[in-house]
Amino acid sequence: MSLLRVEGLSKSFASGGGLWGGGRRRVQAVRDVGFAIEKGETLAIVGESGSGKSTTARMVMRLIEPDAGRIELLGEDITHLKGRGLRQRRRHMQMVFQDPYASLNPRMRIEHTVGEGLRVHAPELNRRARRERVAQVLEMCGMPASAMDRYPHQFSGGQRQRIGIARALAVEPDLLVLDEPVSALDVSVQAQILNLLAELQREKGLAYLFISHDLSVVRQVADRVAVMFAGRIVETGPIEAVYARPRHPYTRALLDARPAEHPSRRGRGGERLLADEGVAETGCAFRLRCPHAQADCAGFDGRLVAAEAGEASRAAACLHPL
Amino acid sequence: MLEIEHLSLAVPSREGALPAVSDVSLSVARGRVLGLVGESGCGKSLTAQTVLRLGEYQGIERTGGTVRVDGEDVFAMDEPALRRLRGGRVSMVFQEPMTALNPVFSIGDQITEVIRLHLDVSDAQAKARAASLLASVGLSEPERLMRQYPGELSGGMRQRVLIAMAMSGEPDYIIADEPTTALDVSVQARIMDLLRALQREKGLGMLLVTHDFGLVAELADEVAVMYAGQIVESGPVEDIFDHPAHPYTRALMACRPEVAEPGRPLPAIPGQVPAPGRWPEGCRFAPRCAHAGSACERPVPERAWTSPNGSGHWACCVRVEELS
Repeated sequence: MSLLRVEGLSKSFASGGGLWGGGRRRVQAVRDVGFAIEKGETLAIVGESGSGKSTTARMVMRLIEPDAGRIELLGEDITHLKGRGLRQRRRHMQMVFQDPYASLNPRMRIEHTVGEGLRVHAPELNRRARRERVAQVLEMCGMPASAMDRYPHQFSGGQRQRIGIARALAVEPDLLVLDEPVSALDVSVQAQILNLLAELQREKGLAYLFISHDLSVVRQVADRVAVMFAGRIVETGPIEAVYARPRHPYTRALLDARPAEHPSRRGRGGERLLADEGVAETGCAFRLRCPHAQADCAGFDGRLVAAEAGEASRAAACLHPL
Repeated sequence: MLEIEHLSLAVPSREGALPAVSDVSLSVARGRVLGLVGESGCGKSLTAQTVLRLGEYQGIERTGGTVRVDGEDVFAMDEPALRRLRGGRVSMVFQEPMTALNPVFSIGDQITEVIRLHLDVSDAQAKARAASLLASVGLSEPERLMRQYPGELSGGMRQRVLIAMAMSGEPDYIIADEPTTALDVSVQARIMDLLRALQREKGLGMLLVTHDFGLVAELADEVAVMYAGQIVESGPVEDIFDHPAHPYTRALMACRPEVAEPGRPLPAIPGQVPAPGRWPEGCRFAPRCAHAGSACERPVPERAWTSPNGSGHWACCVRVEELS
């Protein structure tokens, strides 16, 4: 039994149009997304803004209602759970947000922010026991226990992200859904937070659903990766295999877009994505930007196809894989 | 030449003015790119803003040194001269493409306003110039774009609009403060390509402020690494990448996820940049440095180490020889 299993998840939003809503259209943010996460494992979802990766994360957390699909937590269908039932299941999965500035209540002392989940999930604890638990998770995340008597503005970005992680860990979840947890941070602080996440995973056997736009960051933390483009998973597989030999041209383009490691290699991004926009409405959504697109791509249904034998865990949604 | 000489700055606080930048000197020639690198809070943005005297509006005080643009002392300029300088000879591209544009004015209104501020042209000429600027930064259908509002554009498109606006006064120098930080990796790559193309084509001098050595590798000719208000290492970009001398530079380079070994802990730098005025007596990096010794407890002269190869590469560290 997987810790989390997601099948056929889809969501559309109204978008665009004039001030009074004239000319609005539906945008398919997520289409037919499926994946599973095992205990202690990290699955990364990688994509650009608008790829549907954050919408997927929010549907998993049941913060957004899916239009279609199914979410299973520890074998139980939680897609339509509400109220108390849903609150109980949330003990197993907690979220960490991108912006540690915006996601901590500025008027609440850290003790309350971090201990909030405990009030719901461990009402038997009295204030002293709760303070002890808060001190414990803060220390686990590399923060002094004295931090709990202070306010968010008294901390740096990296410290705030540690507090955000401590808040998520307070109720001892099995799964953390991390939405761009390091992209607002300096590289040096980024490294500290990624190391902390790796350490916590080793110690607690946590599973992560790690959302990011940066394949280099993902490579440091993930066991498997799912690359999303225009609402669909276009490639999936073990991180090292995908990194070493991407099959979908979009994955290749994302890898090429990474900045050079040395000035002698500058500007060698190779086939960089062709335009800022350009998502095809029919057929393969990437074909307008794809350097390898052919006529039959216009008729492609976007299905993930398993790669050749011996690579059963890999799949790509491409008629002409690399 | 854009020159910063022995600049010291102090920031306001409840305890009075605190030193935030101390004795910083650097220069950017036309046609060259200087990467000013360091973590948040090291003083790099404060230093860059001072070129246009923008810090004054936030109560930042110059306690020493000066800034010259093509030999002209920026601190001797009156308000009209400063207005001509800003967005004229020297313009700026900021990190946040979301907040740097006014959401209630169309793209066309905002860009023609900047053009008319710096060039003596008619309405129609300004519009035509705006359209050609937008096209030159890789935006298609510029006429249609000019009728749109910032909220209708993606982050990458907004950053292109801001770059077009920065180019509208036909500057000789550009200050780019984390120009790609808030963007997706794929968009970052295209903005880097654009900045490199514009800089070469127009022979611009660029002061590139960033925390990311990847951006430096892509764009810079020279590098100055800043820590706790000081330049701690400086030199040609190839030298800095091939033989980083200061332990801070090495540590910052090593913690990039692009170069790290997967599955191993990243070589993070412990702790954080000390706040203004909380600098140690000796080497300011010593409390976080894996190689600090007793020699590091005394103040370190700026160019404690200079490269024997004569490239002008130097570092503010007394242990470079021992460590290499």
